Amino acid sequence: MKEFAIINTRLPKVDAWAKATGDARYTDDLSMPNMLYGALLQSPLAHARIKSIDISRAKRLPGVKDVITAKEAGLIKYGVSPARYDETVFCDQKVRYIGDEIAAVAAIDLETALEAVSLIEVEYEELPILLDPFEAMKEGVIAIHDEFPNNICAEVHQEFGNVEEAFKECDYIRTDKFVNKKQDGAFIEPQSCIAFYDLNGNLTLTTSTQTVHYVQRTVAMVLGLPVGKVRVTKPCVGGGFGPKASANTIELASSILSMRTGRPVKMTFTREQVFQHSRARHQFWHELTTGVKKDGSLIALKNTCHMDGGAYSSFGIATVYYGGSLLGAPYKLPNMKYDGYRMYTNKPANGAQRGHGGVVARAAWEQQLDVIAEELGMDPLEMRLKNMMKRGDTTCNDFNMSSFGMEECLEAIRDGSGWKKKKGKLPKGKGIGVACGFFVSGAGFPIYRSETFHSTAMIKLSEDGGTINLYTAAADIGQGSDTILTMMAAEAIGVRYEDVRVLSGDTDFGVDLGAYSSRQTLMSGHAVKQAGEDVRDQVLEVLSRNFKIPVEDMDIKKGLIIFKKKKPDFSVLRSTYIKEHRGWVDPPVGDELTFKEAARVAYFEKGVVVGRGSYKPGDLGGKYKGAAVGTSPAYGCSAQVVEVTVDMETGKVTIDDMTDAHDCGFAINPTNIEGQMQGSLSMGVGEALFEEIKFDDKGRVVNPTLGEYRIPTALDMPNVNTIIIESNEPNGPWGAKEVGEGAIMPTIPAILNAIYDATGVRVRELPVTSERLFTLMKEQEKK
Amino acid sequence: MKRIITLNVNEKEYEVAVAPNRTLAQVLREDLNLLGTKIGCDMGDCGACTVILDDRPVNSCLVLAVQANERKITTIEGVADGPHLHPVQQAFVEHGAIQCGFCSPGMILSAKSLLEKNSKPTEYEIREALSGNLCRCTGYQKIVEAVKAASQTMKK
Ligand code: FES
Ligand code: FES
Repeated sequence: MKEFAIINTRLPKVDAWAKATGDARYTDDLSMPNMLYGALLQSPLAHARIKSIDISRAKRLPGVKDVITAKEAGLIKYGVSPARYDETVFCDQKVRYIGDEIAAVAAIDLETALEAVSLIEVEYEELPILLDPFEAMKEGVIAIHDEFPNNICAEVHQEFGNVEEAFKECDYIRTDKFVNKKQDGAFIEPQSCIAFYDLNGNLTLTTSTQTVHYVQRTVAMVLGLPVGKVRVTKPCVGGGFGPKASANTIELASSILSMRTGRPVKMTFTREQVFQHSRARHQFWHELTTGVKKDGSLIALKNTCHMDGGAYSSFGIATVYYGGSLLGAPYKLPNMKYDGYRMYTNKPANGAQRGHGGVVARAAWEQQLDVIAEELGMDPLEMRLKNMMKRGDTTCNDFNMSSFGMEECLEAIRDGSGWKKKKGKLPKGKGIGVACGFFVSGAGFPIYRSETFHSTAMIKLSEDGGTINLYTAAADIGQGSDTILTMMAAEAIGVRYEDVRVLSGDTDFGVDLGAYSSRQTLMSGHAVKQAGEDVRDQVLEVLSRNFKIPVEDMDIKKGLIIFKKKKPDFSVLRSTYIKEHRGWVDPPVGDELTFKEAARVAYFEKGVVVGRGSYKPGDLGGKYKGAAVGTSPAYGCSAQVVEVTVDMETGKVTIDDMTDAHDCGFAINPTNIEGQMQGSLSMGVGEALFEEIKFDDKGRVVNPTLGEYRIPTALDMPNVNTIIIESNEPNGPWGAKEVGEGAIMPTIPAILNAIYDATGVRVRELPVTSERLFTLMKEQEKK
Repeated sequence: MKRIITLNVNEKEYEVAVAPNRTLAQVLREDLNLLGTKIGCDMGDCGACTVILDDRPVNSCLVLAVQANERKITTIEGVADGPHLHPVQQAFVEHGAIQCGFCSPGMILSAKSLLEKNSKPTEYEIREALSGNLCRCTGYQKIVEAVKAASQTMKK
């Protein structure tokens, strides 16, 4: 085992102190002199034609500085994927969901802005509302977007191998349906932003985002500004989980308002607006047909999926691909066919959320595999082990598992949970269930077609050599990338953790595609590692020239220069350093040459000492249409065992125990890894047991609060036995790969399988409320 | 009509003129610039705005500023002793209990308030005391571990 000084330790997060004391600043905590406050006018109707908009009364209200509608903001289309740019900043002809944005006001305070919004008069002509995606795709119904006559926003048809032929060889085939409910990201910090367009023509947008790079591009495009004139920066972000991974209306509206008024403009979502803006987990209807041999080997899978997309595309094109592609692993599966359809409806747009399009497909399939195992008389865990892919295997849809500790994960949870003692032996009302999953370590391709680097990093040494500034555009949204990248920089150079200062989440600091698809540890990590090694090499080369010692005979460790052979006399160097820094508090001491003295020598020779790093994935295989969604340089994987108690009188489910093993390649910081695993599991518990956005028949969200839309509290979560598996990923920095999303994959099906074990009831509709389970148990009794 | 009130925040007296409809959370953030108090919902659902009001944790978005007149308030800014973190804060830092940190000020205040009343809480008591503070990032486990650890150090 290689020894590391910094990585692979449980160092506290770099931002933990500021966040523990209340010093950390999030967007809504910031303000600027002369700042205006913005507010939005949103549609009260789910589908209507806009006949007229009258902003004159709003404009006359004292304190109002600007009112804008589509007329002022223009009609440049944007969205997430260029193939489906279907949004404009404000609605022009039509509104498509309750909450669709029609106008924005900037005023001297929020109260005035809100009052002005109430003075805008809009005349609507109501249109038929489509809330059900199956209705929406029928012939002859109204089109929500004129360009999509039967409301099919995207469809995917893929076949790998030959499923129909393969079914002929199968001993057992079964079909099941499964449906979840629309989920909300429910991050605790609502989106907020401040835009300021200065007199030099530079726009600075400070915003609560996961992806400064994509927001920069979208804002530049929609506002018609050169991209170099747009700077997007994020302070601390209070969680994102997907919905903050693309530009939103307030970012665009505040930018336009600032350009027009010449003043900074702040806009912040209310909690209800967070629910309306949504861009979170879709509702999926899966129909899965799986064929196996008697011995349990998986032969073929046919997967049909319909998705409720809501009013706009958002990430939906990727989602509809992921709904199929993410069943390609972790089992050896030679034949797979997928038909996916994403429909427009008059609801808030759905997008990406932790685990993206794979979570519900995974839940459906892992439950079905459990049924199959039972039918074949096999232990479900052993059946999974039997089919498990190994390191080096490639899926039928061309994903290469360059590392894959799945067997180790399964064995770890089997032994860690006491599976063998418990499975099939628990009393009625108690159950145990298992499931597996995997996820990408970063999307292999950017959202827009481009040869761009996915991550760049720059490391600049301070003039005194004592501080190492790391510049990255990667976004820490709570998952801890600032900490991970700081640790990586320190390790690569050979300095101490506290010597590195990270500056991140700013388009001025470089290019980074941001915090989505679990990409930053691997991708930003590669760039940082490279930049760190570059700095290290530069410093050592200068020393080598000065001391006439070959670079190979030196090393840097814990901020000290290690001379492997004879230590040179550096007394002159040291006394010069001390003289130059007379009166400073931290003169270099001790018997070893310090990194800062060495860096000072490098500074004298070069003036600027900068290390550079950049990363993009190599050729990832997959030449078929849609291969860009799911191919990744590496895949993380996990397995879970969940134990539940079901109250047989009421159907209430309590999660007693969770054992989770995740293969993250290599743990840069085990504490952070466990945090990602535990957080993923709690989001999975929420989706499995109670999260559901409900609509009335007019398309209104009826539970747009964190009281009525229930997420897990401290009382709902058990302690999780988290087991980290390290498989040393060849494509990852130091062998590291994802953990942020993969860990959610097995949670829902493991819970469902445990509920079955406890009750004998298969639940194929989420969430498993006590009412739903109770009804199913009653039906079962009647049979 | 604005009313002049006196707030005792973190052992300092502040005189502020407030409109009757302003919440304590707003006044703390906007008038006193104590921005560590967060607003996640503004409806009493999430606990991000938790402060301690006369020894009791409350959602400051549900308290009108005028109701806090002449009462004692502790916000997150008043928890550390200068540069020395409170044991609860220290434990949150060390145990990885903070991810995005948006819930942390409220969590820390709820935990501190619990430990002041009950120095040896059981795990259930900890979870119950924190159940009004939502966290979407951590799954609560490391938060609970931190509170347990803090109760140990505080006893010493
Ligand atoms: S902001 Fe007060 S409870 Fe959510
Ligand atoms: S740490 Fe993000 S909400 Fe708790």
